[in-house]
This record gives sequence, structure tokens and C-alpha cells, in this order.
Amino acid sequence: MRTSVQEMIAQSKGKKNKKFMEKMIPVILFLIASVSVLTTIGIVVTLVVETITFFTRVSIADFLFGTTWLPFSNKEQLFGILPLIIGTLKVTLIAVIVAVPIGIASAIYLSEYASETVRRIVKPVLEVLAGVPTIVYGFFALTFVTPLLQSVFPEIKIFNAISPGIVVGIMIIPMIASLSEDAMSSVPKQIREGALAMGSTKFEVAWKITVPAALSGIIASIVLAVSRAIGETMIVSLAGGSTPKFNGDFTDSIQTMTAYIVQVSKGDAGYGTTIYYSIYAVGFTLFIFTMLMNILAGYVSKRFREEY
Amino acid sequence: MTMTIKAEKKKSATKLQEQGIKVPVYQTKELNLWYGEKHALKNIDLDINENEVTAIIGPSGCGKSTYIKTLNRMVELVPSVKTSGEILYRDRNIFSSDYQVEELRTRVGMVFQKPNPFPKSIYDNIAYGPRIHGIKNKKILDEIVEKSLRGAAIWDEVKDRLNENAYSISGGQQQRICIARALAIEPDVILMDEPTSALDPISTLKVEELVQELKEDYSIIIVTHNMQQAARISDKTAFFLNGEVIEFDETDAIFSNPSDKRTEDYISGRFG
Amino acid sequence: MRYIEHEQVVKRMNGRLVANVIFKGIFLAATLLAILALVLLAYRIITQGAGHLSLDFLSNFSSRFPEKAGIKAALIGSLWLMAVVAPTSIILGVGSAIYLEEYAKKNKITSFIRINIANLAGVPSIVFGLLGLTIFVRAFALGNSILAAGFTMSLLILPVIIVAAQEAIRSVPGELREASLGMGATKWQTIVKIILPAAIPGILTGSILALSRAIGETAPLIVIGVPVIIQFLPAGVLDTFTALPIQIFDWASRPQQEFQTVAAAGIIVLMIFLLLMNSVAVIIRNKFQKRY
Repeated sequence: MRTSVQEMIAQSKGKKNKKFMEKMIPVILFLIASVSVLTTIGIVVTLVVETITFFTRVSIADFLFGTTWLPFSNKEQLFGILPLIIGTLKVTLIAVIVAVPIGIASAIYLSEYASETVRRIVKPVLEVLAGVPTIVYGFFALTFVTPLLQSVFPEIKIFNAISPGIVVGIMIIPMIASLSEDAMSSVPKQIREGALAMGSTKFEVAWKITVPAALSGIIASIVLAVSRAIGETMIVSLAGGSTPKFNGDFTDSIQTMTAYIVQVSKGDAGYGTTIYYSIYAVGFTLFIFTMLMNILAGYVSKRFREEY
Repeated sequence: MTMTIKAEKKKSATKLQEQGIKVPVYQTKELNLWYGEKHALKNIDLDINENEVTAIIGPSGCGKSTYIKTLNRMVELVPSVKTSGEILYRDRNIFSSDYQVEELRTRVGMVFQKPNPFPKSIYDNIAYGPRIHGIKNKKILDEIVEKSLRGAAIWDEVKDRLNENAYSISGGQQQRICIARALAIEPDVILMDEPTSALDPISTLKVEELVQELKEDYSIIIVTHNMQQAARISDKTAFFLNGEVIEFDETDAIFSNPSDKRTEDYISGRFG
Repeated sequence: MRYIEHEQVVKRMNGRLVANVIFKGIFLAATLLAILALVLLAYRIITQGAGHLSLDFLSNFSSRFPEKAGIKAALIGSLWLMAVVAPTSIILGVGSAIYLEEYAKKNKITSFIRINIANLAGVPSIVFGLLGLTIFVRAFALGNSILAAGFTMSLLILPVIIVAAQEAIRSVPGELREASLGMGATKWQTIVKIILPAAIPGILTGSILALSRAIGETAPLIVIGVPVIIQFLPAGVLDTFTALPIQIFDWASRPQQEFQTVAAAGIIVLMIFLLLMNSVAVIIRNKFQKRY
């Protein structure tokens, strides 16, 4: 005699390990999900512990306010981080000057003027631009942008802040463009129609209605892009140089926080030396900079979100 | 040059009006419109007079919204739209190549189905139009804002909160803000595309009363799916069906004595 | 009294229309500039490196002599790296996404995990390198092995995969879930038999894009201490190795002009690698789009 389906189901329901599985799965998944939290904790603990070791050898005041970064000196090592911060900020400033106008202008074009077809072509191109590895950008900065700049302005050195700045700018354009475009596209169509029906030109709609309405999203995209620029490593390592200076000269060799970490990692500064610990102190400083930026971006987009 | 001619026309028009002759603001001649392959408006001929409320009724998809959006060329925002025939606004063909849509739209205001204030303060919403037309003087702007809000019968409700976001007030109030926004550029004609369809009955009543008042100074064309509304507020009514004008007459005549069987069926609620 | 003179409006109209056209041109130019940058970059690298591309380049180890330098060790090394990163990051990412979308209750811990993921995505890659150096290379004593680098890279791209998988899971219609639960299926059965199969195209697309980011990442590998000049192939995940971006970085930073050509050829190989991965992602996305 054949058993009915319901009977078979009843039999399998009785199995113990199935119930056990149903209970265990959420626990296992929770443990997996907590890996990301552990990662953050790992990052913070690593940076803090090693930085503390560093500060047992170098005073915090010297580190924060010193204007000379001379870790490889044979006589007296100096760890004043300001030159590295200045180097980072120089590159970031140039990047922002390049990327913000171009990124926002393309966002406006894509969201307000471009036809569906154009958008379908341009957006993937921007995605590709965003997917190019930074090492490729770095190579481009060193072998193309720098010589090009030098042919126009001979006073620019082979390593400088301008060339990597421009290329970091190119790298963050897609980020600003696509995040700003998202913010502008989410402004409802009826609001644009309201403005057009009053006799506004498309430019007036974009500039006086859409951009102000999407401003929180646009600013957040800029802040996030700045955070990316600050943490960018390979472009500045290849094209920025490795001589940290405390001055306002953009044409001369610099060193950023990230490039310093690369420089030490490439060499063979032994484990346990002050130089070894210094990369954690610099990394921690970098981490704080980018975290502040990310928190600021989150705050801006929440606090100033327009209702419509 | 053209300006003086226009002014002359306006003067003679007023004269005609005094003699009881209706002056058309819009004359639609042989208008056809296609969305891609779809023939949405077929051989429309309609004259719309000054200082009247013209209602356009018909079942959904009959082309009434398309028609009103053609009057200020907003329909062209749909990429695949093609038109033939002409629409004369104050004797000028709005489709002619030297007629800028922006100019047309400053003469013809529009109120939409859903209230669509700008995400700005109430004040900035009203001042938006005058500002793009170059008015920067704060005192004049203040006056325009007050006059427009009074015109839209909402001044008393919002005068103390002009700097609040326009989205902080109720939907009915938002719609009157949108009407005030249209009034601020002192249009000649106001197009209303189902302006009360998203509103509650009380707000609807307020907007209807407002339409009656605005008629004194403006020509109003209103699309509505609500036949009682058309009967209450309009002077003339056009009945659209499948992209054609079936009947166009005095509202009283349409509702009491329709000449076309289809109009009668629609009005008596047999379809739609 | 009228405030707006129609004559004035008409007079100003031309200026406004001209401004509209000019700004449209500016916005378009900016967009084209971004595209131009990409074209220029591709053109430069192809013209520089194409001459050096050959079968020898693919089958040689790196060398002090530019004409003999090849990319074999780096190419194989990158494949090894992927063999670690792909399973690790996808298991962790999809597991986290299932937890967050299907099991997590709306409480403080859950919202903390979510915020944490968003913030982790903003941490510079070089900082992940420092984490890998301390935890995997030193504390777990994995050295500069494939495993250490693979774990570090997995954590780096984890936030991207979690977010992509969450979106894919969220886009599975609720009716499917209800239909399965309505027949008496358990939650886990529903997830495995209904939700995951429906979400897999989205998960795969997101994962491939994330993995292609991992292939191009250089900074964390440098910090971990992945060496450049390697004259042998790894035999297992505990062996040391080198990877494409590291190799390119080394060639690009050498002073001899000839090595620039080698670096460009290496970049072409890397970009072809990425292009292949991205095409697979696009094919998956197009094939499975709009199924419901």
C-alpha cells in the first residue's frame, strides 16, 4: 500500500536534525554577518594599539604639530605629520577643483538634458571610468599628464602635486557624477514640469529648481569623493613623489599619508622599529580623516534631505 | 513694432467685448497629434474665448489631458510626439518656429493634477516666476507674493508662514499655492489639468470657488473627470471621446440638451 | 496694476535662451571631457604597451631586462588570489545579506551592523592592508601568502558584496516567499529553494564587479608585503606570490624608460582581465533581467 503525501510529510517532519538546522542557521548567519563588525573592530584596535606603541617613542605633540617628517634620517628621526597632511590636502584640493565642476556639470547634463539613449551610453562609460584600477591611473599620471604639464610649464618637477591631483580628480568624477545624478533624478518629474510650464528654460529649471532640491545629495557626493581622494594611494605613490614638505608649492615633489605607508612597506623597515610603528600612526590619522568625511556625508544627506 | 500692433489688437478686442462679441484667445484648427503610432487627437477644432471658463470632459484616455498640454506645448516633453494643424494663441500659431515655448508659457499658466510646489519656501515658490523674468526688487516681490496669494484665496492661511517649506502645508493648500504661483507671472490664460483630482471635498470646493473668481481676470481652461464640477463652474464645455471633439457648446446646453447621443450617454453615466 | 510687463519679458527672453544654450554646451562639454579622459587613457596605454605584448610576455617571469620581462608569475598569482577571494567573500557577503534581509530583527544590533557596513565601504584600501599585516600576516602567522592577501582582499570587498546581495534578495517579490511559506516550507527551505535561486543573477553580477575591484587593488598587497620579483609559481595557498597590479607598480616605478612599455603591456593584460569579468557580469545581468 502506498503512503499518502501527507503521511510522508508527517514522517519527515519528525526528523530531529531538520528542526536543529532551522535553529542553527540564524545563529551561523549572525556569526557571518558579524564578520563585518569584527573587521571594523579589528581595524580600530590594530591602529590604536600600534599607534600607542608609536607614541611611547615619539611624543604626540611632536607628531601632531611637527613640521618636519624625516623618518629615514641617520642622525635624528623626525615624525611631524603636518607635511604629509599638507601633501594629502594639496592633491585633494586639485582633485576637487577638477572633479566638482565636471562631475556636477555632467550630472546636470545627464539628468536634465540627455535623452534616454545618450544616458544609456554615457552611464556605462562612467562606470568603466570608475572601475579602472588606480594603478592604471597612476601610470597615466606619471607617463602622460606630468610630461604634458611639463611641456607647458617647465618649472613643474617630475614629481609634483598637480599631476596626481588632476588624475585623482578624473578618478572621482564618476563618483560625483553618478551620485549627484541619482540625487537629481529623484526630484519628481512634476516639479520640473511645474517650472517648465511657467516659461522657465531648461537651464533655469536645472539651476534654480533641481540643483537646490538635490543639494544635500550633491554635497554628500562631494564629501564622499573627497574622502576617496584623501585615501587614494597608487596615483600619489607613482606621481606625487616621496619628499614631504611643509610649504604651499604645488609644482614640487610631495608625499601624502598613503604614499608614505607604501614607501615604508616597499622597503624593509624591520618589524618593531619606530618606522614600522609610524605607518600605523599615519594610517590612524588617515582613517580618522576619512571617517570624519564619511560621517559628514551621512549627516548632510540625512539632515538636509528635501521633502517632496 | 509687433508690440504696438499687439497693443492695438488688444484695444480693439476690448472694444469688441464691450459690444458683447466674444474674443477668442485660442483657436484650434485641424489639430492632430500622435504619440508614436498612436493617433491621440483627431482633427480638433475649438475656439476658446476670453474671460470664460471652458471645461473639457470625457472618459480617461479620451485625449482631454493631451489637448490641454498641447495648448502650452508641454506635451512635447514626451519624446515621440508629432503634431499637425495649428493652434492660434492671440492670433499667433504656437507651433511656428519663431514662437519660443518659454514665451508662450509665460502668457499661459498651468495648474497640474497633483500639487507640485517647488521644494522651497512658500515665498520662494511664488517669487520664482517673477524672479526668472528679472524682477529682483524685494519690495515689488513682496507685493507680487501678497497679491498672488490673495488672488488664490490663501493669503490669510499662510501669511505668517511664508518662509516655511511649501511641503509643510496640506495638499489642498499646496494646490492653491500652485495656483498663486501661476498667478504671480500675471498670465493671460490658466490651464488646469484635473486640479482637484487629488484633493479632498472641502479643498475641492475652495478651488472651485476660486476658479469662479479668477474668471473675471483670466481665461480658464479646465480638464475634469467630474461632470458635476464642469456643470458647476464652466461657461462652455467640450466633450472629448477617443481623441475627437464630439460636442462643444454652452455648458447649460450640453448638460440639459446634448445633441449627440454619445454625449448624453456619457453625461448620464452610461460609460466612462 | 501689473507688475510684469510683457514687453520686458519678451526683451529678456533672448538673453535667457542664449544662457540656456551656452550652459547646455558647458554641461555637454563636461560630460564629453569625462569620456575623453577614458579614451585618452585607453589610447595612451594601448599605443605604449601593445608592442610589448606577445606570447613570451605571458609566459616569461619578470626580469631585470625589460625586453625579457614577462607577466607569468603575476597572472597566475592573481588567479590564485581570486581562488581565495571569490569563495571567501561571496560566502561571507551572501551569508551576511541573508541574515540582514531575512532573519535580522529591527533592533539596535541590526542597525549597528548596517551602519558599520556603510562605513566600512568608506575605509581606504591601504588601511585594510594595515589590518591584514597585523592580523593575517603576523598574528595568524600566514606571512605574505596567498591566503593572507586573499583574506585581506575579501574583507575589503565584503561591504560591496553584502550591499549587492541585499539588493538582489530584496528584489525577489514577496509573493514568491509567501507562496513557499504558505505550503508549509520552513524559512530556510524557502531561502535555499526559492529566494536564492531568484536572487542569484543579481548576487553574481555584484560579486563579479566587486571581485574585479579586488584584482585591480594594489595598496593592500604592498602593505602586506607581497613581493615583486618571483621566479616560481605558487603551489598552494600558503605560498608567497605576486599579482598583476604589484608587478605593474614595480615596472612603472623603475627609472628606465623601457620598463614603461612593459608596465603598459601589463596594464593591457590587467584591463583585458577586468573587461572579461565585466562582460560576464553584463551578460548575466542582461540575460536574467525582468523575469518577473
